[in-house]
Parts: sequence; C-alpha cells; structure tokens
Amino acid sequence: MSPQINLEEQFQAKIDAEIKIEPKDWMPDAYRKTLIRQISQHAHSEIVGMLPEGNWLTRAPSLKRKATLLAKVQDEAGHGLYLYSAVETLGISRLQTIEDLLSGKAKYSSIFNYPTLTWADMGAIGWLVDGAAIMNQVPLCRTSYGPYARAMVRVCKEESFHQRQGYEIMMTLMNGSAEQKEMAQDAMNRWWWPAIMMFGPTDSESSNTEQSVKWKIKRHTNDELRQKFIDATVPQAEYIGLTIPDKDLKWNEAKGAYDFGAINWDEFWNVVKGNGPCNKQRLEARQNAHNNGAWVREAASAYAEKRAKRSVTAEVA
Amino acid sequence: MNIALHNDTQVALSNYVLQLADTNLILAQRICEWCGHGPVLEQDIALSNIGLDLLGQTRSLYQYAAELLDEDKSEDDLAYLRSERQFKNLLLVEQPNGDFGYTIVRQFLYETFQQLLLTELKKSSNTQLAAIAEKSLIETNYHYKWSAEWVIRLGDGTEESKSRIQKSINEIWTYSGEMFIPCAAEQLLASISIIPDVAALKEAWMRKVKTVLDEATLTMPENMYMQQGGKTGVHTEHLGYILAEMQYLQRQYPRQQW
Repeated sequence: MSPQINLEEQFQAKIDAEIKIEPKDWMPDAYRKTLIRQISQHAHSEIVGMLPEGNWLTRAPSLKRKATLLAKVQDEAGHGLYLYSAVETLGISRLQTIEDLLSGKAKYSSIFNYPTLTWADMGAIGWLVDGAAIMNQVPLCRTSYGPYARAMVRVCKEESFHQRQGYEIMMTLMNGSAEQKEMAQDAMNRWWWPAIMMFGPTDSESSNTEQSVKWKIKRHTNDELRQKFIDATVPQAEYIGLTIPDKDLKWNEAKGAYDFGAINWDEFWNVVKGNGPCNKQRLEARQNAHNNGAWVREAASAYAEKRAKRSVTAEVA
Repeated sequence: MNIALHNDTQVALSNYVLQLADTNLILAQRICEWCGHGPVLEQDIALSNIGLDLLGQTRSLYQYAAELLDEDKSEDDLAYLRSERQFKNLLLVEQPNGDFGYTIVRQFLYETFQQLLLTELKKSSNTQLAAIAEKSLIETNYHYKWSAEWVIRLGDGTEESKSRIQKSINEIWTYSGEMFIPCAAEQLLASISIIPDVAALKEAWMRKVKTVLDEATLTMPENMYMQQGGKTGVHTEHLGYILAEMQYLQRQYPRQQW
C-alpha cells in the first residue's frame, strides 16, 4: 500500500469517526480546494450581502429599525471576518481571497444580485434569505473542518436573530395599512423564488454534492434542505396572511411535506453567470470600496512600519 | 423632571436637547452611508459601531426632549417629522463624507468637542441630562481615541495620505467654530449652570486638537472664517437632501407603524 493511500484512508476514517479535521492535519488536496471554494464563497456572500440591506440604512422608517438594521449589516461584516480567517487557516491570505472576488473569479450567493426596492424587502431578506441561510448553515456547525464548524456556531446564533427580526418587520407590515400589506406581499412575490434557489441546483445537477457529503462538509443534499425550508416557511407565511407565489404549492399528506412548482433554472443559471439585475453594481461597489481604500491601507502599513522602526531605534539608543 | 423649571428654561432645555439629538442623528446618518463601503473590513465594522452608539444617544435624547415638550410626541416624530429649518444640528456633521480621511477629520473634531462637553454635562444639576452624558461619555471616549489614532496614522502615513488629510482639515475647519458659539438656549442654560459655557471649552479643544495634529505632522489652520447657523436652523444645502432621504417613508405614509 502506498503511503498516500494510507493517509487518505486515515483521513476518511477520522471523518467517519466524527473527528474534526484541523488546519495542520493532512488532508487531500481536493478537500482543501473544496473548502477554500465553499468558505470563501460564504465569506464573500456575507460581504456582498451587506450591500442590498445597506441600501436601506439611510431610509429606515424609524430610529429603532435603523439601529437594528445597522447592527444586522455590521454582524454580516463580522461573519465575513471570521470566515476569511477560516479560509486563511487553509493557506490562502485574505487579500488573495478578496482579489478573487473582485476579479470575478470567485462567486457569492446569487440572492444578493437582486435589488432591494422597498422597505418590505428588509423584512423579506431577514425572514426568507436569512431563513434559507440558516437551513444551509445549521448543519455546517457539525461540518468536518474544525475552524469552519466553529465559525458557523457563532454565525448561526446571529442569523436566527436576524430571521426573527425580518419576520417581525413583515408581521408589522401585515398588521398595517392596505399599502403596507401590498408592500409586504410584493416583497414576498419577488423574494420567494430567489430564496428557494439559494439551496443550489437540484441534486441530480449538483456536481459537488456527493463527494462533499462523503467528506461530511455537507450533511444534507440541496433538495433535502430546500424541502425543509419550504415546509417550515409556508405556515409562517400563512400565519401573517401572506400568499406564497406558487400556484402548485400543496400539502402532500403521503410524503408529509409540501409539493411545489417548477423552479426557473434558466433564471438561476443566468444570475450565476452574471446576468442578474445587480451583478454589475454589486461587484463595482466592492471594487470601488477596495480601490478607494487603497491609500488608507497603504498609509496604515507605512505608519506601522515607521513606528516599528522608531521603537527599534529607541531601544538601540 | 427633577426640578420645576420656568417656562423659558423649559423651552431652552428642550431646544438644547434637540440640538444634541439632531447632531448625533445627522452624523449617524452620514456614517450609515459608509456601511459596506469602508476601506477595510475592520474599519467598516468600527464605523458602524460608532454609528450605533450615536443612534443610541440620539434616541435617549429625543425621548427626553419628547418629555420636555409635553406634546405627546415620540422619538420618531422628532426625527422624522421636523423640517430643515427646525433641525438644530451643527453644520459640521451634515457635510458629505468625502474620502475616508475627511470622514475621520469630521469625526475627530466633533468627538474631541463631545468629550469636553459631556465631561462637564455629566455634572449638570439636571439629573436626566447628567445621566445621558455619563453614559454617552464612555462611548465618546472610544470614538475620540479611534478617530485621533486615524488622524495620526493618515497624517504620518504616506505622502498621499498626508496631503489628503491635510486638505480635508483645511476644508472642514470652517465648520469647527460653531461648536463654541453659544446660541440663545445655550446662553440661558449656561447662566443657570445647567450646561457649561461652550465658549469656555474652546481653549481646551484647541490644545487637544493641536497635540494630535502635531503628532500626525499636520498643520492646524489659523484665523479662518467660521461658518455658523446650524443651531438656529440655518443649514448648508446638504441637510435638505439628508432629511428628504431619511424621512421619506414617514412622510409618504403618515401615521403608520413600522
């Protein structure tokens, strides 16, 4: 038996025994690459995800809502920070990871390529988008790579708080005027399908699922998570009087879950490929932030160097 | 209310509390514009933190102002249903963000003043104002430290950063004098020792600012003409746009819950 095969067997045995893989442990190249791709995509999604909600900070309708939204967007920046750090444990610097986003090489969640048009979108994003993210992320708290799993424990706690806030915004609107109800339903109509597309392509089309499940990076398939999300969300929508924009949605007694209509995968792949309504604007916003901030980062390093030199000189003197 | 106030004093006090609240709110509003666009993730987070603190202070102040006004108004009525000429914020804080350096200088000049003001205000005979000042000062100390450190870093960083931040200082300086020119409400309240005399804070402010600018190898502008008007509701043209954006939902759909 070659030593390589032996290492791979030991690695898989650890995974099977639910022992976490840590940064210094041996891991197959493909495992490392898959994690780098997945965690960096996740980090980028947090950072790009700040933009659609940031769009409403200056227009939030009350001081309380403004503060809550600012805190939420700030949490997302924090999540980005933990996740970039988790990627760094796999040997890629934060700068490199960010450059991959800015050059368009790395992807982020397509949901953030949709525009936020009304205040109700803040409710829909919190409730549906964070809700779908939680479905995806709760199992990641037990993912096989230690630093990722630990980052996700903290992320999930905050996300569930965000989801409740989003639902509460929707509930308040649905208890309000006819115009507010209309605003909430319109947001529901626009965000429902993109939200259920967040689970990714259907299992038969998903190239990454099988290996990722074997490595316990993923613990459920895309379709399983999507079904779980729909089953959890439909009663929440009904409770506040919102209609799900799917005429084929129906409770299926035999399978104990909802049947739902066909997903528009053309739209999904188009947004992934860059043709969503805001792909260009989101990437430009990140590029501008990075480029306009270059002189600040340079100044900070120059100053740190000067200080280090001065303290050495002081010690010598 | 801890003491029975004369009507004039009551009016002056509510105007003064509104002035403090408006200033914090407009600055927080400007800081919100940075969220997601900062030069580096850690500083994006730091700016949001400051924005959150300012919003918290704003809310305490409006709640107190609402009590003083006794017109059954809420904090949101005061923030969302008053117009350009009724807002009493300093001109300094309504200035557009500019680059990161401009934002830093604006913050630094304001927080240096706030630190001096709140240190006095927490000794006020008005216990409610004193309590708000005491709580806010803890946050302000952090804002001051963060902004002063950035002034030094950018001033003593690269040639580009030095020339950028010096330019920002020269441009914004004209809005710094207003803090020390008391309006009628401030004069009245200072005369009965509810608030400090703001003019008397100027010397300490100049000293503190000079110390930081010296360390940053930057030059303090001299003898510049000082703009004023914010405290009496005569603003720069920027404020109208800030309010139009901030208040639009409350204006378009009056008397709704959000």
